[in-house]
Amino acid sequence: MIKKNIATNELGYVFNPATGDSFNTNPIAASVLRYMREGKSLSEIKKIILATYEVEPDMIEKDLDDFLQSLKEFNLLAPVV
Amino acid sequence: MKPIVIAVTGLNAIDSPGPGVAVVRAIREEIDRPVRIIGLAYENLEPGIYMDGICDKTYQISYPAAGPEVLFNHLTVIHEKEKLDLVIPNFDAELPNFMTLATRLQAIGIRSFMPDPAMFAARDKQQLFSFGKENGFKVPKDYVINYVGELQSAAESLGYPLVVKGKFYDAVVAYTAEQAQKAFFKISGKWGLPIILQEFISGTEINVAALGDGKGNTISVIPMKKLYITDKGKAWAGITLQDETLIELASKFIRTTNWRGGFELEIMQHQSGDLYIMEINPRFPAWIYLTAGAGQNQPASLVKMALGEEVLPFTDYDAGKLFIRYAWDMIVDISRFQQFTAMGQL
Repeated sequence: MIKKNIATNELGYVFNPATGDSFNTNPIAASVLRYMREGKSLSEIKKIILATYEVEPDMIEKDLDDFLQSLKEFNLLAPVV
Repeated sequence: MKPIVIAVTGLNAIDSPGPGVAVVRAIREEIDRPVRIIGLAYENLEPGIYMDGICDKTYQISYPAAGPEVLFNHLTVIHEKEKLDLVIPNFDAELPNFMTLATRLQAIGIRSFMPDPAMFAARDKQQLFSFGKENGFKVPKDYVINYVGELQSAAESLGYPLVVKGKFYDAVVAYTAEQAQKAFFKISGKWGLPIILQEFISGTEINVAALGDGKGNTISVIPMKKLYITDKGKAWAGITLQDETLIELASKFIRTTNWRGGFELEIMQHQSGDLYIMEINPRFPAWIYLTAGAGQNQPASLVKMALGEEVLPFTDYDAGKLFIRYAWDMIVDISRFQQFTAMGQL
């Protein structure tokens, strides 16, 4: 889902080489990006986060939606085919 | 081994820098034979004259307004002493003189790798809009005006804000008629007439440094997004981009003009994604060392092509390479300054 050319690292740094834009994410978001890169589905990612952190499922749902919206706004997501 | 002797202008590494110092740095880094750099300076405080490791010797030459004959005389004298193999002019304003002399310089053994007058004229600020229209490039609308009375009607057509540009350098964004008039007088006082009034396009400023082989082939293209812009509009920091549309745009320009040498596209990427060519500079930009840092050393490639070597087009570079310019105070003994000021060489 994330564009192939987007560079990320373990510290949560995100770089879009097509626009020169760069972003810093928090550790959880960095994990989400890593899972996305590994090809995990959103429901798999939610399960991993629920198993890792003490958080309500509704909250995860909302935060993930917000995060995906941000990725879309910043042009980091690949078009859905 | 006899060194390659290369004369380079544009040693004014100041807040609105010439490209010379960066060109020399890139050449020295890549060329694997001895290189002797001969600086050609217009003013005695151009930092490149005094910087360690840049010029082996520097000569003062007359301003471009003196014309090609004066330049030829200077270069002939310098050539007798230094046996120049190549000259790389780095200023827009001096290029017409160098282009006029290209054949004569070649005849006495000084090579160059520049656009010809037709290529140079095609991208001229005064022709840019019609060039874009004829060849399918997006270029902001403009008016070329020669007296201030023409400003009002042109501004009515373009609307405010608009950009007031000098024929060689300087550009001011004017939001009112008063600001436009002030910019008209300031810029025409410095660079002469005409003045170009250009439609203002908002967006992201991107510059592209490129090198053409003179036969329509692209040797190198490096796009750079400005990250920090000075009050003179110059990039003080920038980052290389990986964007095929920018590479194709520069390649199309090279195919269209058969461009020979280095050039810079100044591009505004509109929010719609459209790429507007704001200006085409007929020489390397001041940030040209970034091309070497990203893996496509354009100045060194130009030297090789000028010397008749085959240079294959680059196919890859590092996106995400930054350049961050800095200011550095050199301490220079007065004797060196006096030597250059009094004798015209150092």
